[in-house]
Amino acid sequence: MADEQKPEGSPAPPPAGGEAASQAEKPVAAAKPAVPKPAAAAHAAPPKPPAVMVTTPWDSDITQFLKERFAGDITEFSTYLGQSFLVAKPDAVIPILDTLKLELDFDYLVDVTAVDYPKRPERFDLVYILYSFARNERIRVKTMIADGYTPPTAVTVHLAANWLEREVFDMFGIQFAGHPDMRRILLPEEWQGYPLRKEYGILQQDDAWVRENMGIESGQ
Amino acid sequence: MPEATFLDATELVINMGPQHPSTHGVLRVILKLDGEKVNGTECVIGYLHRGVEKIGENRTYQQFAPYVDRMDYVAAVSNGLGYCLAVEKLLNIEAPPRAQAVRVILTELNRIASHLLWLGTHALDIGAITPVFYCLREREEVLKIFENYCGARLTTHAFRIGGLQYETYDGFEEEVKKFCDWFIPKVDEYEELLTNNRIWVGRLKGVGVLSASECKEYGVTGPVLRAAGVAWDLRKAQPYSGYEQYEFDIPTAENGDTYDRYSVRMEEMRQSTRILRQAVDRIPSGPIMGKVPKVVKPPVGEAYVSIEAPKGELGYFIVSDNSTQPYRLRVRPPSFVNLQALDCMVRGGLVADVVAIIGTLDIVLGEVDR
Repeated sequence: MADEQKPEGSPAPPPAGGEAASQAEKPVAAAKPAVPKPAAAAHAAPPKPPAVMVTTPWDSDITQFLKERFAGDITEFSTYLGQSFLVAKPDAVIPILDTLKLELDFDYLVDVTAVDYPKRPERFDLVYILYSFARNERIRVKTMIADGYTPPTAVTVHLAANWLEREVFDMFGIQFAGHPDMRRILLPEEWQGYPLRKEYGILQQDDAWVRENMGIESGQ
Repeated sequence: MPEATFLDATELVINMGPQHPSTHGVLRVILKLDGEKVNGTECVIGYLHRGVEKIGENRTYQQFAPYVDRMDYVAAVSNGLGYCLAVEKLLNIEAPPRAQAVRVILTELNRIASHLLWLGTHALDIGAITPVFYCLREREEVLKIFENYCGARLTTHAFRIGGLQYETYDGFEEEVKKFCDWFIPKVDEYEELLTNNRIWVGRLKGVGVLSASECKEYGVTGPVLRAAGVAWDLRKAQPYSGYEQYEFDIPTAENGDTYDRYSVRMEEMRQSTRILRQAVDRIPSGPIMGKVPKVVKPPVGEAYVSIEAPKGELGYFIVSDNSTQPYRLRVRPPSFVNLQALDCMVRGGLVADVVAIIGTLDIVLGEVDR
C-alpha cells in the first residue's frame, strides 16, 4: 500500500496529468517485456538455425588424390572458416596419415586430440592436425570412434604422436594399439577416471578427495 | 656382494629433478648413464598440471582468458593473443587495426622478455653468472611497460576477445621507442660476453644436435627448428594480427646445435626490435575494440588457430556448441611437444650436457603440464 501511495501522493497536485502519465507508462511497462523479446529473438535468430557445423565442400588436388586412393574410407571432405578437414573411418586413419606424409608432404603432425560426445554411439572424435611445410597448408584428419575401441597408434608414422597420444589416453581413456609406452603422462599412475570426459565433474572430484583424505564432507 | 653387483652394472640410473635448479621448474628426468655417457632418458612431467583444458570447458569464453596467461607465464601476452585470435576466428570477426598494431607491439616486447629470461637462466646453467643480472635488468624495462599499460607485469591479461580493453597510455610510443634504442646495445653487450667466449663455445658447439628432419618428425617448432636451418616462422608463413605489414627476417642457422639455437634467439631479439620500431611508428588511429556481442556465443563449429609464440607454435583448437562456454578447448603447447625431443638430443651425449640441452629447449613447465 505504501508503495502505491507514494507515486500517487506525489503526482496528486496535477491529478489528470499524473494519471495520464502513469497510464501512459503502464502500457509501455506492460509492453516492455514483450518488446525486447522479439528483439532478442531477432538477435539470436541468425545464428540459431545451424545446430550443426555449416561446412562447405573441400575440393583440391589433395582431395582428388585421396579419393582415388581411399575411395570408401573417407566419408567427408569439408571446409569450415577456411580450415579444411576430412573425416575417415577409424581403420583408415593411419594409412591416410602415412600417404599424406610420404606422398603429399604433410610431414609435421601438429597435434593429436579428442572430443567427447557422450550421447553419440561413436563417442569420441579423434582429431589429427597436420601441416605441410612445402605447401604451407594445414589440414585436420578426423575420425569417430566408440568407447573401448583401440585405434592404432600414429607413432609408426610421426614420432611426435608419442606424448600426444599418451595425453589423449590420460585425459580420455582412449588406448592406442601398438603404442610403445601407453601410460598416463600428466596425471599420476593411480589417478581414477579420465578428466576430459564429459561426465567427469570437477566438484565431484574435489568432494571425493576431501572425503578420502580428510574424512569429512566438503559441503560444496 | 652388493658392491660387485654395483660395479658390474654398466648402467646407472640417476634421478634429476623435480627440485633441480637447472630443470627450470618441476621437470623430473630419469637418466640412464654409462659412466658419463647418457644412454637414455625418461621425462616425468605433470607436477604442475592444473587441468587448464577442463577449466576451459567450465568457464565462459571471456572468463577463460586470464587462465591462458598461467600456462607460459613468461610469455603471457603471446598466450592471450593466441586465445583471442582463436575465439575471434570462431566468431568470424577481426580486431580493429589499431588493436592489432598494439597487440603486435606487446607481443614482440613479450618475445624479448621471454628470450631474455631464457638467455639469463641458460647462461646461468652453463656457469656464466653475470648475464642473468643483465638480462633481468633489461627484462624489467619490458615489464614496466606492461605494468604501465595494464597494471600487471607477468600474467597480464592484456587482450580481450575482439581487441583491447585499455587504450595505450600517454607516452607509450616514446617509451617503446626509447626501449628499442636502449636495448640493441645491450644485446651487443651479451654477445660480447658470450658469443666468442671459449667456455661458452666449448660447452655449446656440437651439443644436442637436432637435424631439420628430426625436428619435423618430433613436431619441434620455434627457434629450435630454425636453428636446424628451416626458415619457418608462423608470422611469415601464415601471418596474423597484421604481421604481413612489417619487415623482418627469419634468423636461421645450419648445425642445429645448442650454439646455433643461442645465436638464432639473439638475432630474434634484434628482429623483434625491428618490428617494434615499425609498429610503433604506424599505430593507426581508431577504435581499440571491435564489435563483439556482450555474450560470446560462437556458432557451432571448430577452429584451430596458432601463433608463433617465443617457444614455437602455440595453437588453440576450440570446438563450439553455440553456448557461452567452449565445448572443448585444446591447447597445443610448444614446450610440451619440444620437450619430447629431449631424449633424442641427449642420447649418446655427456651427462653435463643434459643441463645445457634442457636450457636450450626453453621450456616452461607451466605450459608443459598445463
